[in-house]
Amino acid sequence: MKALALCSLRSLALLAALAPAAGCSIQPWVKPYERERLADPIMTLSRDPLSDKHREHVYEVREGARGAAGVQGGGCGCN
Amino acid sequence: MAATEAPQARSATLRHSSRPCARLCARLRRLVAAVRRALTEGFARRAGVRAERQATAQVFGLVGGLLMGSGASAIELPEDRGDAMYHLYDGGGVEAQGPALLVRKSIADKVSLSASYYVDMVSNASIDVVTTASPYKETRNEYGVGADYVYRNARMSLSGSSSKEPDYQADAVNVDVAQEVFGGMTTVNLGFTRASDEVGKKDSPEFSETASHWRYRVGVTQILTPRWLASVNIEAISDDGYLGSPYRSALVYGASVPERVPSTRSSRAVKLRTLGEVGSYGVAFADYRYYWDTWGIRAHTMGVGFSRYFGDNLLADAYLRYHTQGAALFYSDNASTETVYISRNRQLSTFSSIGPSVKVSYRARQVPGSYEIRLNGAYEFLSFSFDDFTDVRTGTPYSYTAHVLQLFVTAKF
Repeated sequence: MKALALCSLRSLALLAALAPAAGCSIQPWVKPYERERLADPIMTLSRDPLSDKHREHVYEVREGARGAAGVQGGGCGCN
Repeated sequence: MAATEAPQARSATLRHSSRPCARLCARLRRLVAAVRRALTEGFARRAGVRAERQATAQVFGLVGGLLMGSGASAIELPEDRGDAMYHLYDGGGVEAQGPALLVRKSIADKVSLSASYYVDMVSNASIDVVTTASPYKETRNEYGVGADYVYRNARMSLSGSSSKEPDYQADAVNVDVAQEVFGGMTTVNLGFTRASDEVGKKDSPEFSETASHWRYRVGVTQILTPRWLASVNIEAISDDGYLGSPYRSALVYGASVPERVPSTRSSRAVKLRTLGEVGSYGVAFADYRYYWDTWGIRAHTMGVGFSRYFGDNLLADAYLRYHTQGAALFYSDNASTETVYISRNRQLSTFSSIGPSVKVSYRARQVPGSYEIRLNGAYEFLSFSFDDFTDVRTGTPYSYTAHVLQLFVTAKF
């Protein structure tokens, strides 16, 4: 049992040591000059902050769930 | 939120970074020509050494400047804009409407200041109100201010809001940081909100309660391909204090009793979003959120949508949202046992809602490089169906529909 635990620890240490090396091998694959299409407003996750805030407020005061919407709420005790 | 503006920032980075590169090439060419001229024209040794020293200094200066320049303009401030909106919610006996304003302006390309004002004029004759109390009208005013600061690849935001209605005051402070990493392909967001509420009761000046809220959020937005984005957001919320409503009643053995809810609540939510181009002018998007909390509520919220241009000036979106949740542990339509906590708040019941919506945005005027004005309209039809909330007037499960309307003008300058 002790040997198994030691082996697991060694494996974890090896993985931890290799992780940065593995990370270094991955390079950004979408170059800046390939991101022109992403700059179009249609490609944004939230175009109109005021509109999105109102809709999130409508949901938040009527549903039991809240949070992780990517929009800051406000007021009504449900910020 | 902040992460969603990353693509524009990246494109701007591309435009900015191309200029230093061109300048660097031109200066290097001039430098090489100057050194060659100095050597071939037989300048004195001292002059040659001086030229070499100058060349070395210029090369170091150029490289240093380029490195600093590439870091300084990696992430940008939110764009300058002004929004004026009229909003309306009408459904289930509740009508909430009013104006909302948002202005954002940058100063010296380093700081962006924002201010917002939001009004909810509420006329409430919901099923809770008409079966246990009298309809009422009230107005809620909310003010917000914020400042965003950019330093190299990071954007830091500090904002605050204050909301006031006759029997409720809510104040909040938000701190957010967005950091671009991995060659600008990944944006990491961290945020924290501290909010405090003062809860009152109309015509009962002796009633005074407080509630505190802590919100911790983290998010990652990832560029997957030149036409495909995805993001994940996680938020943990903790509440402490008076979390119920002084007006709401519960039913125990058919008798009305004041609502009793726990004074603490902790929740977690994970939301996944993705957006990608389909065809030449269309963009499809989808999202899913899973929510759970210590009150026993589990919820799934999902949506799919499509956006596309019609001509150069008209942009339209269609979106379908579905939400379903289970009830809180202490929720009961009509309790048959006495418990410490009891609530008949239908927000905590088992129900589902579905909401198809459309949104159009028309570019009314544009002066390239100067300003742009858009006219926008959005409409959503919401339908709620409750499994364990009975309409006491009819004895059947309650359901209702609602209309959500937004009309707003956006100016970008």
